[in-house]
Amino acid sequence: MARDKIRIGCGAGFADDRIPPGVEIVEKGDLDYLAMECLAERTIARETLDRAKDPSKGYTPVLLERMEAIMPPALKRGIKIVTNMGAANPMGAAKVLRQHAPDWGCPDYTCAVVQGDEVTSIMRAHPELPLMEDGAPLESLLPRMASANAYLGADIVAEGFSTGADLVITGRVADPSLFLGPMLHAFGWSYGDFQRLANGTLAGHLLECSGQLTGGCFADPGKKEVEDLAGLGYPLADVWADGRVEVSKTPGSGGRLDVATCTEQLLYEMHDPSAYITPDCVLDASGVTFRQIGKDRVALDGARGKPRTATYKVVVGYFDGYMGSGEMGFSGINAVARAKLGIEVVKERLRRRGLSYEEMRIDLIGMNSLHANVSSLAPEPYDVRLRIAARTTDKKAAEAVGAEVRSLHMQGPTGAGGGINFGARQILAVKSVLIPREWVKPEIVMEKAA
Amino acid sequence: MSILVYDIAHARAGDKGNTSNISVTAYDAAGWEVLHRELTAERVLAHFRHLTPGPVRRYELPQLRALNFVIENALGGGVTRSLAIDPHGKSLSALMLTIALPGHNEGQAA
Repeated sequence: MARDKIRIGCGAGFADDRIPPGVEIVEKGDLDYLAMECLAERTIARETLDRAKDPSKGYTPVLLERMEAIMPPALKRGIKIVTNMGAANPMGAAKVLRQHAPDWGCPDYTCAVVQGDEVTSIMRAHPELPLMEDGAPLESLLPRMASANAYLGADIVAEGFSTGADLVITGRVADPSLFLGPMLHAFGWSYGDFQRLANGTLAGHLLECSGQLTGGCFADPGKKEVEDLAGLGYPLADVWADGRVEVSKTPGSGGRLDVATCTEQLLYEMHDPSAYITPDCVLDASGVTFRQIGKDRVALDGARGKPRTATYKVVVGYFDGYMGSGEMGFSGINAVARAKLGIEVVKERLRRRGLSYEEMRIDLIGMNSLHANVSSLAPEPYDVRLRIAARTTDKKAAEAVGAEVRSLHMQGPTGAGGGINFGARQILAVKSVLIPREWVKPEIVMEKAA
Repeated sequence: MSILVYDIAHARAGDKGNTSNISVTAYDAAGWEVLHRELTAERVLAHFRHLTPGPVRRYELPQLRALNFVIENALGGGVTRSLAIDPHGKSLSALMLTIALPGHNEGQAA
């Protein structure tokens, strides 16, 4: 399998990411591999609950819609696919795809499934593990635990492709590892090869959020222009066996990819740039440079790598009560004062009903809902929306918040309009622990056609 | 004469748990000089004090003319349990760009 160069494209950067640019990069990107990252920190907890209700479910809900669009053009071109849309049930995802793929014109393909990220039983056996957030023992979360998954690395993805599979479906795998996996497989890189691991991890980190590398999350009219933002294309990486990497995007697509967009995405969700820890290596990105070598084409230099750590990171999802919220609009003369009266009325009504909350947040949307501080208060706006959100362990108390806000229509200050009761939702929170690598047994299981 | 970070740099915010990180990248060498000298962790914390007690850490990437600020306890408990309308704090990059800095000629010997 000695190849000199491969091209990997990103087909999705979050579960509900836009599908058309994914199809476009498959059709026009001249790809060898397509990676789709669809699993945020807490979504796997929700999917675990789905699976508990229905053992055939638990994969990313958008799986079938996305794969119906992506698989036929990808398989036709011989493009291999890796995705974490297996979520809490990778084998379930593989099986449901097999049921539908013939109808999409894909009767023949092979699918490798990554298993072993699910570690709830290990968590129960080790209540003493300290939480990374605050050092408290894991024990207190265990009665409320909804899920626990280890971030697996690129090695198990590469092993999936080594079976000859067209499709590798995973649950929790570190986002950059989805991209590094095909490189390990195609080039036979080893875990002692820190320089190449660093370059490949850097490429994966840049690509994993799809359009955020190619002009998404960037445009500011009159200041930072992005050409044809509506037609934003997804990114791809050309990777050579010696570790050289250049990033680009779907030919002919909208957006922009240059040193500025690469710099913003390099530091996205990164803390200490000299120690970006993945299951595959510790990436030192503090000396990374970007060279523009063509329109929408940038070469990466300066990444350094240190050996992977002896641990896997596990994200534990747990129930953390309920959140209720509602909004109401006020406009015209004295709008802000009426909104503030509405807030006091709702708080007092909740209090007189005997309901209490661990935390309540009040926003005046249009004035301070995002992050304004007192010094940035501008003249009063023409219209303003009050928003009240509160967290509580009592579902009924959570439901009361939006209901009381909405009733301001008829029993609040004058001119209250456009009320919304968002109801109550159960909160799935997450915390993390580190566990020794040897506790986790990632494995490849082939999904067989029925 | 003061200038806004907005005038000389662009920014992007990301989240991990209850921590926000915001990169600030200068458009050119002159902007980087001001940014590097004036946009201290202390100044950023003062501007974000209504959201978080901190701490704020600053990392420098001079070859990219970029600073990376890691602002702890800034996300109302983190994306999964925050009551905020923007639980990820994606909009916090815009707050960073409203910080006023002493201009090019201030703070230098006359």
